[in-house]
Amino acid sequence: MKGREPGMPDVYGLMAEFHSPAEVVDAAHHVRAAGYRKVDAYSPYPIEELSEALGLHHSPLPRIVLVGGVLGLLGGLGLQYWSSVVEYPLNIGGRPLASWPAFIVPAYETTILFAAGAAVLGMLALNGLPEPYHPVFNVPSFALATRDKFFICIEARDPLFERAATRKFLETLSREVHEVEH
Amino acid sequence: MASVAPPERSYQAEQDRLIAPGHDFGSVTDTISKIVLQRKTPLGWFVGFAVSFALLQLLLLAVAMLLFKGIGVWGVRVPIGWGFDIINFVWWIGIGHAGTLISAILLLLRQEWRTSINRFAEAMTLFAVACAAFYPIFHTGRPWLAIYWLLPYPNTMGLWPNFRSPLIWDVFAVSTYATVSALFWFVGLIPDLATLRDRAESKAWKIVYGMLAMGWRGSAKHWHNYETAYLLLAGLATPLVVSVHTVVSFDFAVGLVPGWHATIFPPYFVAGAIYAGFAMVLTLAIPLRRFYGLQDFITLKHLENMAKVMLATGLIVAYGYMMETFMGWYSGNDYERFMLANRMAGPYWWAYWALILCNVVAPNLLWIKRLRTSVPFLFLVSFVVSTGMWLERFVIIVTSLHRDFLPSSWGIYAGTRWDWAAFVGTIGLFLTLLFLFVRFLPAISIFEMRTILPGAAMAEEKTK
Repeated sequence: MKGREPGMPDVYGLMAEFHSPAEVVDAAHHVRAAGYRKVDAYSPYPIEELSEALGLHHSPLPRIVLVGGVLGLLGGLGLQYWSSVVEYPLNIGGRPLASWPAFIVPAYETTILFAAGAAVLGMLALNGLPEPYHPVFNVPSFALATRDKFFICIEARDPLFERAATRKFLETLSREVHEVEH
Repeated sequence: MASVAPPERSYQAEQDRLIAPGHDFGSVTDTISKIVLQRKTPLGWFVGFAVSFALLQLLLLAVAMLLFKGIGVWGVRVPIGWGFDIINFVWWIGIGHAGTLISAILLLLRQEWRTSINRFAEAMTLFAVACAAFYPIFHTGRPWLAIYWLLPYPNTMGLWPNFRSPLIWDVFAVSTYATVSALFWFVGLIPDLATLRDRAESKAWKIVYGMLAMGWRGSAKHWHNYETAYLLLAGLATPLVVSVHTVVSFDFAVGLVPGWHATIFPPYFVAGAIYAGFAMVLTLAIPLRRFYGLQDFITLKHLENMAKVMLATGLIVAYGYMMETFMGWYSGNDYERFMLANRMAGPYWWAYWALILCNVVAPNLLWIKRLRTSVPFLFLVSFVVSTGMWLERFVIIVTSLHRDFLPSSWGIYAGTRWDWAAFVGTIGLFLTLLFLFVRFLPAISIFEMRTILPGAAMAEEKTK
């Protein structure tokens, strides 16, 4: 394969296939218990128990969204204050230039706009998307990960990874174990 | 489980289930993705699309006429400066609200029945907002100049918008609403786009759906962040949807015109928006489930629940009419009382009483379970409610404006043929976008349908 650096392992990892959500969650517990850490699981819909089994804790996303919302609020208020008081002061019906009660409405909307933008862009950034190429797609049956099959992949960069031994271990959990090429 | 229900209870079970028995992850995926991926487009689709597309051409004609001749081709004259343009704007944007309610508020309230209707309801929101935006933009007369009146940006004239005006609030509310609805819809689509990428047979569609799915692979780490993002978006869309129709009602309530200047407007507009929106969801869901054979996923239970939401919001709207009338009398203000008498018995009396018939009398029939679970009746009542909500905006806008404070400036308003052409044309735009949507994107959220299957229940399997 092109672009492979010297010293990189031969395969990306080993992948086991499962047929039900209970099997994959059970297997994820075993994989964690065996000491593997560079592990990911794949499922056609979100399974909370699976994230827990893989030891995924709090997502940093809520803090990113909070920052987005605060920036939106300050940006919205700042824009209105600056344009109405500093840049283009205009007497409209004798109202004060800094008519803050009227400014609440656009600032409310920019708060939500920026927070929602931060949620979407933050989610994509944390997940590393868009990602045009990923080795897991080289496994032919992986196309079913978006239909009805469940997968666990132990990556070769895990310190405990040994091609033969890890394969034997995964075969105790599932009958279908695939090698994932780069 | 539903499969072991005794036969005598099966009718009840049929009414209560959200998904027909016998489905698994594979069959749900295949049934929904087949609609998009099938090679042969059904003839019915072409017929429906052709009609919609023809109506869309009428919109182009109406716009060309408007830009060529000017706003005068519309029937708006002093004292009625707002006519079809604002009626249709409020009508369309109200319809959009049901989509956000279903996708965001019902998600936060853990209403599982939202799952099979949220995707196309969100699409309906986007397309309705697009139709709504058409009216105020073209009512400016010179939309290419309107940018500097509407949006704050450093232009060469050094001008800035007046942020004290509800019309500018509208610009912020509606543009934020359109953006956030589009984001929410797209985020919901990502896992399903990945399903289409993996199931498409032709190379070209694999590439198209692959690019849109952005490399989604259903990893547990992805789902973990994804679920957080989806919940946060729902939490943000909820206050947003309430604010949008509130701001729309401020366009009226902040003015001093009798019939507009009422504090009841924001809550009653929001309830009316949800009411109109659910009517439109029913109008779309009933033919969709029949044409594509989706009765397994959009069951009678869904239709009945939507009817219940319509009944509840319809009653709030009826309360709004009642309070509006009461406050007009109780204020003791001559102009308010005249406005009320004129609204009920003046030149537009027929519009007011037709509105009461459509919006107050008709939904009360939904108290009866037999009618609430009759598909043809629901289809009919959804049209009645949509008409009623259009009449509501007509009555609020036209009857409040046409009798000004001085009898010398009284007038009568009727939409011209170009007003009607633009209205029918936006219906064409709406339907054209919907037809394209059901052909190229999954109309039901596939990954969320998988989560409500009996096989997805983890806790039960673990204890076995």
